Amino acid sequence: MTSTDRAGIAAVARRAAELLPDADVITDRARLRTYECDGLTHYRVTPALVVVPETATQLAAIVAACAEHGVPFVARGSGTGLSGGALPHADGVLVVTSRMRAIREVRREDQRAVVEPGVINLDVTRAATPLGYYYAPDPSSQQVCSIGGNLAENSGGAHCLKYGFTANHVLAADLVTPDGDLVTLGGAAPDSPGYDLLGAVIGSEGTLGIATSVTLRLTRLPEEVRTVLVGFESTDQAGAATSAIIAAGVLPAAIEMMDALAIEAAEAAVQCNYPAGAGAVLVIELDGAADEVAQEYDEVERLCRDHGAFEQRLATDPADRALIWKGRKSAFAAVGRISPDYIVQDGVIPRTALPEVLHAIAELSSSSGVRVANVFHAGDGNLHPLVLFDDAVEGAGAAAEEVSGAILDLCIQHGGSITGEHGVGVDKSAYMPRMYSEEDLDTMQLVRCAFDPHGISNPGKVFPTPRLCGEVPGRHKGPHPLQEAGLAEVF
Amino acid sequence: MDGHTDTPAYDGHLGETGSIVDLGLPAPGGAFDEHHPPDAALIGDCVHCGFCLPTCPTYVLWGEEMDSPRGRIYLMKEGLEGEPLSDAMVSHWDACLGCMSCVTACPSGVQYDTLIEQTRAQVERRHHRSAADRALRGLIFSIFPHPRRLRLLRGPLRGLQRTGLDRALRRTGLLERLSPQLAAMESLAPRLGRPMPLPEHIRASGERRAVVGMLTGCVQGAFFPGVNAATARVLQAEGCDVFVPPGQGCCGALSVHNGREAEAQRYARRIVDTFEAAGVERLVVNAAGCGSTMKDYARLLADDPAYADRARTLAEKVRDVAEVLDELGPVAVRHPLEVSVAYHDACHLAHAQGVRAQPRRLLAGIPGLELREIAEPELCCGSAGIYNILNPEPARELGDRKAANIVATGAELLVTANPGCLMQVASAIARSGRPMGMAHTVEVLDASIRGVPADSLREGTRPSA
Repeated sequence: MTSTDRAGIAAVARRAAELLPDADVITDRARLRTYECDGLTHYRVTPALVVVPETATQLAAIVAACAEHGVPFVARGSGTGLSGGALPHADGVLVVTSRMRAIREVRREDQRAVVEPGVINLDVTRAATPLGYYYAPDPSSQQVCSIGGNLAENSGGAHCLKYGFTANHVLAADLVTPDGDLVTLGGAAPDSPGYDLLGAVIGSEGTLGIATSVTLRLTRLPEEVRTVLVGFESTDQAGAATSAIIAAGVLPAAIEMMDALAIEAAEAAVQCNYPAGAGAVLVIELDGAADEVAQEYDEVERLCRDHGAFEQRLATDPADRALIWKGRKSAFAAVGRISPDYIVQDGVIPRTALPEVLHAIAELSSSSGVRVANVFHAGDGNLHPLVLFDDAVEGAGAAAEEVSGAILDLCIQHGGSITGEHGVGVDKSAYMPRMYSEEDLDTMQLVRCAFDPHGISNPGKVFPTPRLCGEVPGRHKGPHPLQEAGLAEVF
Repeated sequence: MDGHTDTPAYDGHLGETGSIVDLGLPAPGGAFDEHHPPDAALIGDCVHCGFCLPTCPTYVLWGEEMDSPRGRIYLMKEGLEGEPLSDAMVSHWDACLGCMSCVTACPSGVQYDTLIEQTRAQVERRHHRSAADRALRGLIFSIFPHPRRLRLLRGPLRGLQRTGLDRALRRTGLLERLSPQLAAMESLAPRLGRPMPLPEHIRASGERRAVVGMLTGCVQGAFFPGVNAATARVLQAEGCDVFVPPGQGCCGALSVHNGREAEAQRYARRIVDTFEAAGVERLVVNAAGCGSTMKDYARLLADDPAYADRARTLAEKVRDVAEVLDELGPVAVRHPLEVSVAYHDACHLAHAQGVRAQPRRLLAGIPGLELREIAEPELCCGSAGIYNILNPEPARELGDRKAANIVATGAELLVTANPGCLMQVASAIARSGRPMGMAHTVEVLDASIRGVPADSLREGTRPSA
């Protein structure tokens, strides 16, 4: 840290101390270090300062102080992210929203909830259930992840096959811009004229500011839900059944797949009692009007049987359904039971490429000797391969990284994407050029500079090369093509 | 080791990479010495997923990483890596209630219970506490684990309660000003009934189905003698020969939970000696905190060659009274009890011992009894052994939150299986101004078996204010 950095941090710390109680301005090393990583623990940076504001005004004032002194800041909610999006900056401030956790309004009349960013995803559903509503996006970490983090990462979840991602459920947000201004994006009207700035902010991974209040769309609880656990001998069969279901015009709320290794881990962790000896299971959930669900269920059952299902178990009560989902939702963390270390990968492929890509992953695994467990949202082709290794073994970490990277290449080759829902963060910024051209990235950089001209909002994330906005983006000589055409200027 | 101790964390923009733990022995100069430091392999089980956060009472209260299980484990890791033992570090471990809710929530099977015990023993040996803190802890541990001294306290306490001086004292706020911790201790004292000494051997009614020993405990025996009497009667009625050996003393739970390892081991050895001699098939415990500690005796006495095996054998016989009764199945006739009951899971029963279904089954088996669930069941009531005396503020907040959830059930009777919870919840319910009856699970069973009317329970374990 240079002396200028140190002076900047000290100034922000002084400002924070005026605004917050002592306990919420963290400066000593032992405490700071507990914030040095999020859910992706192999990247660690001790922040220079951690602040835990309770109000939007406090948060805005702290960001304004950062802007005034050129101090970088990073937002963090529950710290469960899997791409290092909330990895702190060594010379910066970590702004933690976990104490901003009021659910301000839950309105039945217009199906809205207004919540602070630190509110836990599942708590929104808990608050809305008595009114007959719920919050649809359900990441596997929904019992702990925060709405602010969901907005930053545009989080999905098992049910986004039918209900879409966070972006489909956020109607408005109050945002503290990187200059420290508190602005409102979106609003009560279903569609605001002009640019969809809210759309730009959702999924921007904390690079365009920090949300301090989020208006969410609530979804009516379905009349009927049927959850069925289906055992197959192979992932091929399960994949084919998935494609057949969608092709038949049935849109389940969720179709989730787990392979044998993932099943083993989940069993070890939560004794979810999945079919013994299955090479793959599908968790299929149908919801909606009772008649419709009954009809769809018959169709699904037949299609699964036709594609080799050897066991189909319909959840008979809510406890039964919860246990089926528990196996699936605990799978990532449960892998800790069968392997000392692992990488959770996140990639997307077109659903039709599923069998082919799974074979390629299996080949990668056998040729490298690195075990890979597969858990994924089969319905929308969002893969979550879990690459297992033991860091105590020399070179095992590197080998796992290599397999993990090769899986992303497979996704890109098959016309998919390097992340379905975990975000790019720090973990995948290096892969962005494999997916996007220089021009694509430069264009994104121009958007970022419009919000954050000084590059202090979560710098070093998403984009492969950190840049200041004054710099000419890209490595090519001469002006940007858009500049040349007179369509854009450098900020 | 990925060089965490050698390389400053500020090095490089994106920080270091590598596994979260890959630790050997404690680094010199760090928080821990080599006598049972928090186990590096167990710390390594934590994948930092954060599923423990929303179930941790202190995270729920304060929302800060250091006051979550994940953060506390991280502090242990820092300590092993060479970060020195500081007041700050210790304050976050001290703030842990030890409720083990995180153990239930953890999908990776992290043994936080073992880790925090190991850490606390190190803290007690190596950390210098303030004179006032030392004095308070000294006072607590010179009274609580000693059934006889606790019984001596009963006289003056009953006198205070009978004359109403306890309430007068509370109104002055004098104790609160002198020491909030002492005030907390006073406010928790339950309304005391008559002492009920148990005979050493109670014969089974009807056919003998099991031979069991019974722990009488410290607080249970002195403050809730009715619970012990009910336990003995119910066991007897269900066909158990019950042995209540004298001089069994304290089980060591409070000492274990507060890092007083040597003291805990002394108590544990005495329990092993006493109940070995009694020759019982099962050792029945009606206080959740005691039961969970006794089930873990094998680890507590692992280093003692004269006791290690014997401790393991005894620990395998330990059962909560609800487990034993559920295992045996009912033979005694249950008379109807027309009462609505809110059942509160004691942390050391539900989280530490995994006993949730059995007490509910036993209660639901009573005709006429209606069982209600309490919202936020996994959240600790704030009792946590002596936590509510050492940390009155968070304990009070948690107590009030629990009381509100209990009152919201609209039940007539609160039932739980731990003396600490009974005292804590009783004083919180009293503050809420919505008094209700309170009882231990076995007291309800006892009333049903004996055909005593439900009203006797509503009168039961009343708060003292």
